[in-house]
Amino acid sequence: MIMMQENFRNSPRDAALHVPAGAGGAVAGDNVAAMPPVKISVRGLDFHYGKFHALKDISIDIPEKRVTAFIGPSGCGKSTLLRTFNRMFEIYPEQRAQGQIVVDGENILDSKEDIARVRAKIGMVFQKPTPFPMSIYENIAFGIRLYERLPKAEMDARVEQCLRQAALWDEVKDKLHQSGTSLSGGQQQRLCIARGVAIKPEILLLDEPCSALDPISTARVEELLKELVRDYTVVIVTHNMQQAARSSDYTAFMYLGELVEFGDTATIFTRPAKQQTEDYITGRFG
Amino acid sequence: MPTQAHEHIVKSYDEELKRLTGEITRMGELAVAQLESAMDALGKRDSRAAQRVVDNDDALDAHEREISQDVLRLLALRQPMARDLREILAALRIAADIERIGDYAGNVAKRSMVLNMSAPVPLAGGLAALATLAGELVREVMRAYAARDAELAHAVRERDAELDALYTGLFRELLTYMMEDARSITACTHLLFIAKNIERIGDHATNIAENIWFVVRGEPLVESRAKRDLTAG
Repeated sequence: MIMMQENFRNSPRDAALHVPAGAGGAVAGDNVAAMPPVKISVRGLDFHYGKFHALKDISIDIPEKRVTAFIGPSGCGKSTLLRTFNRMFEIYPEQRAQGQIVVDGENILDSKEDIARVRAKIGMVFQKPTPFPMSIYENIAFGIRLYERLPKAEMDARVEQCLRQAALWDEVKDKLHQSGTSLSGGQQQRLCIARGVAIKPEILLLDEPCSALDPISTARVEELLKELVRDYTVVIVTHNMQQAARSSDYTAFMYLGELVEFGDTATIFTRPAKQQTEDYITGRFG
Repeated sequence: MPTQAHEHIVKSYDEELKRLTGEITRMGELAVAQLESAMDALGKRDSRAAQRVVDNDDALDAHEREISQDVLRLLALRQPMARDLREILAALRIAADIERIGDYAGNVAKRSMVLNMSAPVPLAGGLAALATLAGELVREVMRAYAARDAELAHAVRERDAELDALYTGLFRELLTYMMEDARSITACTHLLFIAKNIERIGDHATNIAENIWFVVRGEPLVESRAKRDLTAG
């Protein structure tokens, strides 16, 4: 039990998050006053892959500078939801989203919004590390150059800062000009996180970032999340419930395209309000 | 609050939890039997029977160690969540309470052997009733545990006040005996300790009831409880 308390030690008490009626969501706790500011506000979001209705009337408020985890069985829509946050689906003509995703007062689903500007605000890290086939240095500098022109010394400093933020600097500082693909899986993933934060996003989306990593690399990434959340709003999709419990402040449980329950992580994992959540997190799902 | 409707996908997890619950149930039965045997030995002035009660306490201690081991293993290997976690945490606490109940039964037996070394004193009338009620509370609370019945657990907790009231009456009764006849002071003091031991058993039954509530409801049982043991002032 000491273990549990350790894990939840940093969990905020600002428990009650607004899950509007119709989302089927349950609100844990009743301390509305202490709720952190909302960074991403989703309202009535529906998503279709062709005829398949993948997200059904999702409404959720993702708090700013906190780690929010999405959990749920395969196919529940958690990755789909994450991918709507940077309009990644737009490259596929048969995929469409309806509803609102409001970031800083702007509905990013509104096609008038400049997609490049949306994505500059939102970094994304995928399940499989995807370093570009170029040097470690260039992996970071590449993205920065899309948005800024920096003199070499400043670029060097920026690359170092990003690698330090991703807790990778000490391991790669002597081989910055080696290929990014030469790194181990865990290092590659942290390189991708460094690349993700290089363009100074406000939101970092991580889709199963540790599923291909060993436990030590996983622990490094989780530790990294704790650092990153000081500056960024972090949303993580994970199949690993212990990871959600360990590293998130808030947890959303999704099932069959619906948001079942959303609340502070300690409550979700000790005293969920919904039977479906309980069954899932205790390994009873039928 | 969700109820426990489904089985785990991993069957062996269910078996381990069932085993843990079974251990607790057996431990509870054993503790009640210990209390009854101790009271029986006291009434019959049977020192050999009392010694058997004292010796049997090792079995309860062994049960508790086994439960601690099982809990440790479940926490490490299954990483329980939600109700499973509360079940396992409560099992550890309840086992500790039952172990203490066993210790008190053992103390009753030990003091009965001391009493047997001096002339018989008429047993204070309330003592048997006190022990019967304490045994009943433990049995009831174990029934609430087996059924995961929070309401029944709550009722047991309320009934501890009856035990406290009986104890207070007994305390005064024994005090009167001692004032009437100074030669009875030694025996009556032992009887007083015995009564206090039995009263403490009720407190542990109350703890168990609170743990059952926590397992089922997911929140602590906090409302204040009437305290009827007035002997402490």
